[in-house]
Amino acid sequence: MSNKPSDKNSAKNSADKDIDEPTGVETTGHEWDGIKELNNPTPRWWLIVWMITIVWAIGYWVVYPAWPTINGHTKGIAGWTQYGKLEAEKAQIDARQGEWLTQFRQSDFATISANPEVYEFARAGGEVAFKENCAACHGAGGEGKVGYPNLNDDDWLYSGTVEGIHHTLKVGIRSGHPEAHITQMPAYGPMLKVEEIDDLATYVIDLAKGDKAVQTPAHIRGEALFAANCVTCHGEGGVGDRNLGAPRLNDAIWLYGGDREAVVQTITHSRAGVMPTWENRLSEDTLRQLAIYVHGLGGGE
Amino acid sequence: MNTTDDQASTQLFEKAEKIYPRRVKGNFRSLKWVAMIVLLGIYYGAPWLRWDRGPHVPDQAILIDLVGQRGYFFGIEIWPQEVYLLVGVLILAAVGLFFATALLGRVWCGFACPQTVWTDLFVWVERFVQGDRNARRKLDQSKWTLEKVWKKSLTHSIWLVIGMLTGGAWVFYFNDAPTLFDHIIHFDVSWTVLGWVIALTLSTYFMAGFARENICTYVCPYSRFQSAMFDKDTLIVTYETERGEPRGKHKAGTSWEGRGHCIDCTACVVVCPMGIDIRDGLQIECISCGLCIDACNEVMDKVGLPRGLIRYDTETNQKARQGAGRTYSLDISHRKASDVTSAVTEPAVVRQPAIKEKIRWIRPRTIGYALILSVVGSLMLGAILTRADTEVNVIHNRAPQFVRLSDGSIRNNYQIKVLNKSHDDRHYQVSAPDLKGAQITVLAAGDRPVEQIDVPANSVGEFRLMIVVPPAGSDADKRQDIAIVLKDSQSGKETFGDSYFAR
Repeated sequence: MSNKPSDKNSAKNSADKDIDEPTGVETTGHEWDGIKELNNPTPRWWLIVWMITIVWAIGYWVVYPAWPTINGHTKGIAGWTQYGKLEAEKAQIDARQGEWLTQFRQSDFATISANPEVYEFARAGGEVAFKENCAACHGAGGEGKVGYPNLNDDDWLYSGTVEGIHHTLKVGIRSGHPEAHITQMPAYGPMLKVEEIDDLATYVIDLAKGDKAVQTPAHIRGEALFAANCVTCHGEGGVGDRNLGAPRLNDAIWLYGGDREAVVQTITHSRAGVMPTWENRLSEDTLRQLAIYVHGLGGGE
Repeated sequence: MNTTDDQASTQLFEKAEKIYPRRVKGNFRSLKWVAMIVLLGIYYGAPWLRWDRGPHVPDQAILIDLVGQRGYFFGIEIWPQEVYLLVGVLILAAVGLFFATALLGRVWCGFACPQTVWTDLFVWVERFVQGDRNARRKLDQSKWTLEKVWKKSLTHSIWLVIGMLTGGAWVFYFNDAPTLFDHIIHFDVSWTVLGWVIALTLSTYFMAGFARENICTYVCPYSRFQSAMFDKDTLIVTYETERGEPRGKHKAGTSWEGRGHCIDCTACVVVCPMGIDIRDGLQIECISCGLCIDACNEVMDKVGLPRGLIRYDTETNQKARQGAGRTYSLDISHRKASDVTSAVTEPAVVRQPAIKEKIRWIRPRTIGYALILSVVGSLMLGAILTRADTEVNVIHNRAPQFVRLSDGSIRNNYQIKVLNKSHDDRHYQVSAPDLKGAQITVLAAGDRPVEQIDVPANSVGEFRLMIVVPPAGSDADKRQDIAIVLKDSQSGKETFGDSYFAR
């Protein structure tokens, strides 16, 4: 439009002016394989939108953080940050939970388990926390796996009450926490002969069978060995002792497997599973919600 | 291809010309007024109808309660689980449309479509303020005088008010009408409501005020696939070429011999809301509103010829007539003897009785549509009549599938959702009769006995169940299909929820 030819090359220009015949529009003079580029101006609406975006961008620099500086970046007059946005959204969530959270904090476990609404609130929170923190070992539904207890059943190593679960969650097992459950079964490999361990395994496996067990010679020898070595912790008839975390042996549940090989392994080398302490990793609210959730999986006492 | 064609083919864009439909009187125009009043009356009035459903439940006859997740239509109540009924309604609507089209052509377009009805109303407003066709056209072409300014602004204001009422009526279908009305007049409405009102105000304003026939021609898919529903026996608006041509101006008192009955007055063209000339034959734009019929009949009455030069007819009849030559049934008693005796172009066919005109209503196509309508209709009726007021959905916990307890017994956990669709609080007793010796416990806060599962009226109760079964032999099924049974404590009616028990 403003390409007024200067005096010097005006004659040349007018002669060179290449007008596209069908459209009557001047070309740019660029040609590719006979195809020429028309020199149409940008549509007016497009130009206006483009200019608006420039003005918008300048406004954006002023209002929002935009340019890097040597020791940081420009802050913008709105003071907006992504962290600030996160905090605000978290506060919104807290406000939404506010009423229930207050009620939950003020109630003890007994009160909560008698109040359906607060109970469901706690359970829902516990479920989320469980999936984030516990599911890796205990499974998505708390079903456990070899070495990691199933939390759905009615067999508990330490305590199945909601308070007991809460305590276990807090201190962990062999976790290094000063109050952690640290009891440990000795490895009987160095203390007993191989045949003795074999007899003991027979007896322990028979314990789980209950009345159906056959009084084989190995069973009888194992019974004597059990009375001499194991009964202190596992109790008469293998009833277990939760104070010591000694598992009940006369039931259908095995943490490390109930086949002969697994039982021999356990007696020979002992087992020492570890659960971390969650005291400083999760908030007290979350720990209590988790305790309620785990307790409510079905095996709670 | 010659050069003119080449040049013409580069013209891909044609600016739409504004249409100024002229006022017309007649049977179809009256029918359109009646249809407009009835349909708009239903649209604006229906949310105010009441229907007593007892306490706990809204008393609005037609209500889509999005927050409460319920749909109410007089005696019918729909839960989100029953949205399939909506599918039925849509099928009925679609096939009903096809059915009507196969029988009567595009009557929906001409008389009942909201686009037509609101456009008609808007044109009426336009005419009321600015005058008829010629006055409107002149006003548009004139300079911006004071008269033009006030007439135009009055028209657009009325349009906007109608649009606002349209949007206003829309939101009443989703809220309790009297309550919402009270809120609206106190300017106390949510942004959702306001947003919908604004959106519908503007869409009505633009659709009926500006877009008008362009929607039918370019946007609406129905006008495009109508041809799939048309056949030779579908009623369409037709121009009787055999009778009308050759057309030409006619001077009163002169003979009709050797010419057609169309006097080329273009009355049919100027009244057309779609801006087409029906004498060119059936066109995709034609919405079958019949206004050109009214216009032509008016003219035929004036020139003393029988009505029906333009009329609703079928292609079959048209073809038959063409085959028989000029055989329009013409009442010639009022015509001059000279005209009759010297019927030139048509060799005495005029005297012959007209071809037997009839419309085949019953055809494979119409039977098919009617069949689909009745099948879907009866299925829906069945679904509504046999609707149970309690429903139970059982979800078997899969993590873990089952739990072995210390004594070797097996436990499965379930989540059940109990839908109490009745308007009374209900109590249910849960059992699983398929499992021998099963112990059922409800997992919840407090001690909730299995005999007493409470579900308040018109709500869904969610419960977690544990079912413990004593140890079974190794031959027991790994997976046993069971039903969870809910027995209504009062009526004793049992509801079954299918699930399974894993071992």
